[in-house]
Amino acid sequence: MDARRRARSAWLFLAPSLAVLALVAGWPLLRTFWFSLTDADLGGMEETRFVGLENYRELFSDWLWWLSVWTTFRFAIISVLLETALGLGIAMVLHARFAGRGVLRAAVLIPWAIPTVVSARMWGWMFNDVYGVVNEILLKLGIIQDALAWTADPRLALPAVIAVDVWKTTPFMTLLILAALQTLPDDVYEAAQIDGARPLRVFFRITLPLIRGPLMVAVIFRMLDALRVFDVFYVLTSNSNETLPMAGYARRKMFELQELGAGAAAASTLFAIIALFTAVYLVAARVRVEPEAT
Amino acid sequence: MKRALLACIAGAALAAAGGASAGVEVVIACGSQGDDQSACQAGAEAWAKSTGNTVRLVAVPTDSSQQLTQYQQLFAARSSDVDVFRLDIVWPGMVAGHMVDLRPHVTDEELGRHFAPIVKALTVDGKLVALPWFTDAGLLYYRKDLLEKYGLNRPLSWPDLAEAAKAIQDRERAAGNRRMVGFVFQGKAYEGLTCNALEWIDAFNGGTVVADDGTVTVDNPRAVAAIDFAASLVGNAAPMGVLNYDEEASRGAFQSGNAVFMRNWPYAWAKAQAADSLIKDKVGVMSLPPGGPGGKSTGTLGGWNLGVSRYSTKQEAAISLVKYLTGPEEQKRRAIAYAANPTIRSLYQDPDVLKANPFMGRLEETFLNGVARPSKKTGRMYNRVSAELQTAVHGVLAGSEKAGPMLHALAGKLEKMRRAGKW
Repeated sequence: MDARRRARSAWLFLAPSLAVLALVAGWPLLRTFWFSLTDADLGGMEETRFVGLENYRELFSDWLWWLSVWTTFRFAIISVLLETALGLGIAMVLHARFAGRGVLRAAVLIPWAIPTVVSARMWGWMFNDVYGVVNEILLKLGIIQDALAWTADPRLALPAVIAVDVWKTTPFMTLLILAALQTLPDDVYEAAQIDGARPLRVFFRITLPLIRGPLMVAVIFRMLDALRVFDVFYVLTSNSNETLPMAGYARRKMFELQELGAGAAAASTLFAIIALFTAVYLVAARVRVEPEAT
Repeated sequence: MKRALLACIAGAALAAAGGASAGVEVVIACGSQGDDQSACQAGAEAWAKSTGNTVRLVAVPTDSSQQLTQYQQLFAARSSDVDVFRLDIVWPGMVAGHMVDLRPHVTDEELGRHFAPIVKALTVDGKLVALPWFTDAGLLYYRKDLLEKYGLNRPLSWPDLAEAAKAIQDRERAAGNRRMVGFVFQGKAYEGLTCNALEWIDAFNGGTVVADDGTVTVDNPRAVAAIDFAASLVGNAAPMGVLNYDEEASRGAFQSGNAVFMRNWPYAWAKAQAADSLIKDKVGVMSLPPGGPGGKSTGTLGGWNLGVSRYSTKQEAAISLVKYLTGPEEQKRRAIAYAANPTIRSLYQDPDVLKANPFMGRLEETFLNGVARPSKKTGRMYNRVSAELQTAVHGVLAGSEKAGPMLHALAGKLEKMRRAGKW
């Protein structure tokens, strides 16, 4: 009886946020899915016809779509790996006690606080092949002989985008990992010290297993974000086929070419891919999102 | 007698429009290249002051493809947020349904002042989608001082241009000027690349991608030679970076004194000759050269026009603003201050205009020989045609594709669109 009443009040409290969620996420999602089954044209919505799975058939036979899937996954996996490694390292340093730690912790967050479009534009200027500061430094140091076209050369554009994303998002990883580190009990470390364990061993045997759960959650957050990446590519690169993420493909179809139906199919597939990836990841990593009972 | 009567009616109509629309705020989207914003602001403020209204400018992307994309989102939502839109000469077929027909609001005389082909391009099924504001053609900018320094003449063909650009670039770099590049153009995959590609193809006599009768002509040996030639520039006479350049990025390289040649629109002249310009008085302008013997000197025709949104709630005031901005007084002011080419023919004989822009008199030839993008025939499908062309050419310039197979594949795609009855 009591449990039922509690469940009921829980639903009651959840209802407003569920309603908002249905309105701002559920409705657009359903509408997008509906559009993906039609030949809707952004220029004239009056003549929209139902075409079934035609848009999906065309999408799956478009090599450019698969190229953009490949680009997105390469981007997501490499940048998230780098961000996790760097975030872990920086978090360990910030976790240590030293003077000025508070200031440094705040300073580390700055890249994360800058809107992506702004930081991408900023890096775009720094990466400029003629007057950019990156080439200037590398040329002065004698590391490169000729100015490089960071954002235009298809071989360099993806690494450049990854660099900007790593620069921007490492603070996010750092913050989550630091939070996890701060919950660790001191006694296990004291015990390790008494046993004479070396720092590297302490890290791999104690720290890493203890923060594994939060770390995995942080990684999946970043993966989801990275798989639907759009802005940093859009601002930084040349709209070329070689550097087109999945979301960029959907945008190109939907708005640039006004093929709303085809674009909606790409967007729906993007959603399905992310959902599938998350499911596989959660099962494979056996991540428990709920806090472990102690 | 008839003329006087007409003028009288027009005057009365204008007065009525002015009277009816006083005190409203008109929102205008008018571009953000070079001095676009301040130029537009000054003109719009003058109108606001004389009519007792106010104007507000909205910021738009510099890249015209992105502008169109944004506008189409506004149109699709039937948004009344923006009243007046600056429209590219190739857009009327795509946006006609969302604009007010301006024909009933202008007299034959007012319309007759403008270049007839522009008015024709702006008319879709008898509806006047926009009024001409300024016109454009692709031009070649060169550094007079550098050509002189190395004893070279103005290039007479594209291979000439490539050779001179490479020679000066290499010698300047050897002399310690390591950032020097030979030639910059618009190589990013957007509408600007369509304009550049069309110029190369036309310079080699390779047609206009889609002919006037609607047939797809892009898969021909001369067009292939043109695109292959352009691809040979990238990484040699032109920096790899051009693959991500729009107009302003190219101008950035040229304006900072780091490029010998630049393909750009006339607006770059005013910026190059500005008081604080590093390259003031060192710059020459000419028509783009022919591809070689048997080729032709050409330039893609561009130009911007002003239309009033059908979803605007202040149409009367908006129309009055458009008429003011496209009128002879404002066009003359813009020609002198910003090198914006008038669409009113008589202004090309105006001594003040010619004094500020010595090249404008000669531009008439470029306008005559210029090449128009296939927007009239392809209409609503134009941006899809253009997008296919851009991505195909961008792939060739980046070195990941060869022009032959790429243009063949492009022709296949365009042919498919055509067969689907789209034009």
